[in-house]
Amino acid sequence: MPAIEVKNLTKYYKTVKAIDGMDLEVPAGIIFGLLGPNGAGKTTLVRILTTLLKPTAGEAKVLGLDVAADAQALRSMIGLAGQYAAVDEHLTGRENLELVGKLYHLPNNDAKQRAVELLEQFDLMDAADRPAKTYSGGMRRRLDLAASLVAKPKVLFLDEPTTGLDPKSRIDLWKMIRQLVSKGTTVLLTTQHLEEADQLANQIAIINHGKIIDQGTPNELKSKFGTDILELDIVNPDQRQAAATAIAGLGISEPQVDPINGYIRLPIRGSTAILTEVIRRLDLAGIEVKDILQRRPTLDDVFLKLTGKHEPEVDNL
Amino acid sequence: MSLKWTISDIFAMSDRNLIRYLRLPQLIVFSSIQPVMFLLLFAYVFGGAIKIPGVDYIDYLIPGIIVQTVIFGSMQTGVGLADDLMHGMIDRFRSLPMSRSAVLAGRTLADGIRNIFVIILMVIVGYLIGFQFQNGLGNAVGALLLALILGFAFSWIAATIGLMVKNTETAQVAGFIWVFPLIFASSLFVPVETMPNWLQAFAHVSPITVSVNAVRAMSLGGEIGEPLLKSLAWIAAILVVFIPLAVSRYRRSV
Repeated sequence: MPAIEVKNLTKYYKTVKAIDGMDLEVPAGIIFGLLGPNGAGKTTLVRILTTLLKPTAGEAKVLGLDVAADAQALRSMIGLAGQYAAVDEHLTGRENLELVGKLYHLPNNDAKQRAVELLEQFDLMDAADRPAKTYSGGMRRRLDLAASLVAKPKVLFLDEPTTGLDPKSRIDLWKMIRQLVSKGTTVLLTTQHLEEADQLANQIAIINHGKIIDQGTPNELKSKFGTDILELDIVNPDQRQAAATAIAGLGISEPQVDPINGYIRLPIRGSTAILTEVIRRLDLAGIEVKDILQRRPTLDDVFLKLTGKHEPEVDNL
Repeated sequence: MSLKWTISDIFAMSDRNLIRYLRLPQLIVFSSIQPVMFLLLFAYVFGGAIKIPGVDYIDYLIPGIIVQTVIFGSMQTGVGLADDLMHGMIDRFRSLPMSRSAVLAGRTLADGIRNIFVIILMVIVGYLIGFQFQNGLGNAVGALLLALILGFAFSWIAATIGLMVKNTETAQVAGFIWVFPLIFASSLFVPVETMPNWLQAFAHVSPITVSVNAVRAMSLGGEIGEPLLKSLAWIAAILVVFIPLAVSRYRRSV
């Protein structure tokens, strides 16, 4: 049984179509990344799957339970960490977790014990008895994630879990999310960050205008839509155009000189033979190479191809 | 949802809200400053110009101020819920297998308990400036209890407003904008009979007037039965209308 099954799901806010006939299947035991720009429908989908919103039409099942008809039964099996770190800042970390435990109807002692386990797991034991308002952004996120795990959910929903975090906290949180999946939890994660989807997700769906426009593993998506790029940096900036001319015709399209950093980029397919030929030709033209590297396509390239836009966060600037 | 779990959820939620007041006693202190200012303003500035036959103005005033305090205090229910909405707490609670009504009931209960402290504070300040209960201990306790349940009922109105406006600042303003005229167009500060006829018509039936009259009668003496029944009728009506309204807003809150 898949962890999440969505069939022809539609959600209107008054007249605005937030989800537009979406189909989606998420297998159990993986991290599934939902990638898309602001307003694509990611949060709406998460809110429907976590029983916070009722769908307008179509069907959504989590763990085989219908999100509308079996909402109450479903709630005890899922966890949600939303876009805000939903912690009560006047309560201590421990009290926040104990409160959530009580509301999951764990016996008092179990709620207490579970709070301690989670505080340890999320490296918050030192701060356990301080009000959450004294926590850093990363600590609040960790506490929020811990709160979503109180009842050991089988499916965990994370809506943009690392928004607003510094790089170190982000990497810490990624590590913790990976550990969860290694223990059998299915994670559905929304993100605007391609890097995050790439780093974390076993499978990715790209969502735009309330529809899934493509899905696959990060590598599948990259090789389907991206091409390898050969990036050249040369010693003498005046020779850039000459260098581009020298290697023209070797790639699958014409080389481009980046106006900002001066790198020459050549989209290629296959590799070593072209690499040798590029170096030979530049040598022949008397152009000295400072640096050369071949990079795999990024999800940004994929996103650009599919939506005609750059990585969403760039788009927001 | 069994009754046992509903009650357990309500207590868990009211505990959570009371901890906030314990951690931030200044919340209670500051929310009491305004009523104390009103008390001093009317006792010492306007009070000299207000003559009410047969009663010291201070004695007339304190029962009114107690009602004003609980009403203003109950408006915080809406602010607190709007705050929870803004910070994603309501999303978290709604995603838990807890009772749907416990978030609201826990909040109104906690605000009711907070109102107990504020009422006691007002009685102490009242005694310091010359007020006395004159109708026996039982009636005095009854007066304070009536004020408390009136505040509890108004908390549900505030809860509905807070869930509708979804923003703490707006909830603050939206709470006071209709409460202010209600407080002043009543027997809270002055006898209704001194008002123009058109205003009297409104003031006579206002839930504030009948409740203040009942609290005043239980504090000082006079006819208790009629204003008390009218006040209880208002309280029942408010609860019957606004509990379902607030719960339905909560279910649909996004």
